[in-house]
Amino acid sequence: MTETMKPLAITLTGCAKTFADGTKALEPLDLAINAGETVVLLGPSGCGKTTTLRIIAGLEQPDAGGKVMFDGEGVTPLSIEKRNVGMVFQSYALFPNMSVAENIGYGLRLRKTPTEALRARVGEMLAMMRIEKLADRRIDQLSGGQRQRVALARALAVRPRALLLDEPLTALDAKLRDALRIEIDELLRRLGITAVYVTHDQAEAMALGDRIVVMEHGKVAQIGTPRDIYQRPATLFVADFIGTMNRVQGRVANGGFVTAAGTIPWAGAPAHITEAMFRPQDISLAEGGDAHLRGTIAAAFFLGDRTRLAVNVGGEKPLILETGTRRDFKHGETVGLRIDPHGLLSL
Amino acid sequence: MNRDGHRLTLLLLPAGIFFGAFFLLPLAQLFHIGLTGKEGWGAYTAILTDRNYFSSLLSTLGLAAITTVVTLMVSGLAGVFLQRNRFPGNGALVAMLTFPLAFPGVVIGFMVIMLAGRQGLIGDISRFLTGDKIVFAYSMAGLFMGYVYFSIPRTILTVMAAAEKLDPKLEEAARSLGASTWHVVVDVIIPGLKPAFISAGAICFATAMGAFGTAFTLATRINVLPMVIYTEFTLEANIAMAAALSFVLGAVTWVVLAVARTAAGSTVAAAG
Repeated sequence: MTETMKPLAITLTGCAKTFADGTKALEPLDLAINAGETVVLLGPSGCGKTTTLRIIAGLEQPDAGGKVMFDGEGVTPLSIEKRNVGMVFQSYALFPNMSVAENIGYGLRLRKTPTEALRARVGEMLAMMRIEKLADRRIDQLSGGQRQRVALARALAVRPRALLLDEPLTALDAKLRDALRIEIDELLRRLGITAVYVTHDQAEAMALGDRIVVMEHGKVAQIGTPRDIYQRPATLFVADFIGTMNRVQGRVANGGFVTAAGTIPWAGAPAHITEAMFRPQDISLAEGGDAHLRGTIAAAFFLGDRTRLAVNVGGEKPLILETGTRRDFKHGETVGLRIDPHGLLSL
Repeated sequence: MNRDGHRLTLLLLPAGIFFGAFFLLPLAQLFHIGLTGKEGWGAYTAILTDRNYFSSLLSTLGLAAITTVVTLMVSGLAGVFLQRNRFPGNGALVAMLTFPLAFPGVVIGFMVIMLAGRQGLIGDISRFLTGDKIVFAYSMAGLFMGYVYFSIPRTILTVMAAAEKLDPKLEEAARSLGASTWHVVVDVIIPGLKPAFISAGAICFATAMGAFGTAFTLATRINVLPMVIYTEFTLEANIAMAAALSFVLGAVTWVVLAVARTAAGSTVAAAG
């Protein structure tokens, strides 16, 4: 692959966005995206992630005072057509009046690329996305997955400085989504292109992002690697939004966390905390003295390879855990739980 | 299967009777009357051989074509603009633009005379500015102005409805690939509006081919087919010629629309 373009570093400083009707979509945001990095903007709808992407793209202007820089060069006043960024949309946004090959070659045509070079580049893109056979198809003859492949090829054909993806997999069904996610991941790594990826799906964010920016109500809740965010969530919102987080209320005493359902040994527990958090995989079923907590089964879901249990321990919500044991669980049955001390978190 | 066939025939019968009584029979009768002249097919061949008839056919076609193109351009621009930009008075302006729908051709002709006639506004202004009085109401130019005026409302609503359905993401995608405003218009907006342009254009063209009232108000000697038919029918009492011209007017309009529809590769009802 002949991707000679040097990857781009993107910096946003003080970028806020207030829409004409007074809605504040984005609080002043500072964000530095390193060259060649894949950054995922993650959050529920209305959190400002798409607005951030559109500001980077040049489809929206930040409020006065906000600045967008590409490799240290101010591009804030430039509109999207002058920024040379590739965009991929949830709705594919392919031109229905053009064939697959014409769609892919469109950006090159605008750049007045000579016919031979254009055809060669389109061929290269078709091969890269493994859609050579579709070259002459009309857009309405393609499946969703094929359409998104064409959209990726179209965006990459012009060798953009960065690739901006707005929920590219959301419109696809689950199986296809997984397949294409792996493909996009490989593609981004191979090309080494700077990518900004917007999604509301935390699994997608964890799989694709070098770093994840978790957003809530127009503000950044946390920026970090997937591991950081999963293992050391900065806020309750992040803890709940990324994966499943168990929370149990109590107090710290005698090197342990004392709850209504029993005591979890926790040597280094901060003295002031009233809530302990841990992931489902840090809980295991235990008998007798090995058990830290005792609770009753509120629900059991047999998933085939494992069983997902909800266990009531007197907290606000039941604890969630998964077990691979073959035994059957009955509603109301009492079980003992052991918590891995390495998995304990507090805020 | 057979029973279904019978029932279908029965259900189609009312439509069939209607179609026969109000379309096929009159048309056949019209065609037949065209043949009742002294020379049989003479009335039909005269349309091609007689310079007056042929030139009026050509000028009618030309007028309808130019009216359609200009109307689509004006309505396309205005329709997309009105759909995209909400401003105070937007609704009132759209309502005003559709105002001429209710006017008969006579009123349109009257308005053209008030604007570009001997006592018209344009003449007064041009005389004040240059000393020459510009008068074009009683010619093809005046007729063209009137036709565009009453064609715009028919077209603009169709364009606005289609503009509302355009996907803004398509324009954003084009721009992200480096498309200027001009390219967005040519490569995204116009293709997106094409079905609306074809259907609105067909109605516009057919109406301009057959409109009579405006021409009649502006000048009795204006050389368009509906006027010629009127003259043949009422003044010359040449019924066969009038019928032949009428039949050809309908047939030519139908052919033009069918060709345009095929060329556009889209399913649009040809307005005949």
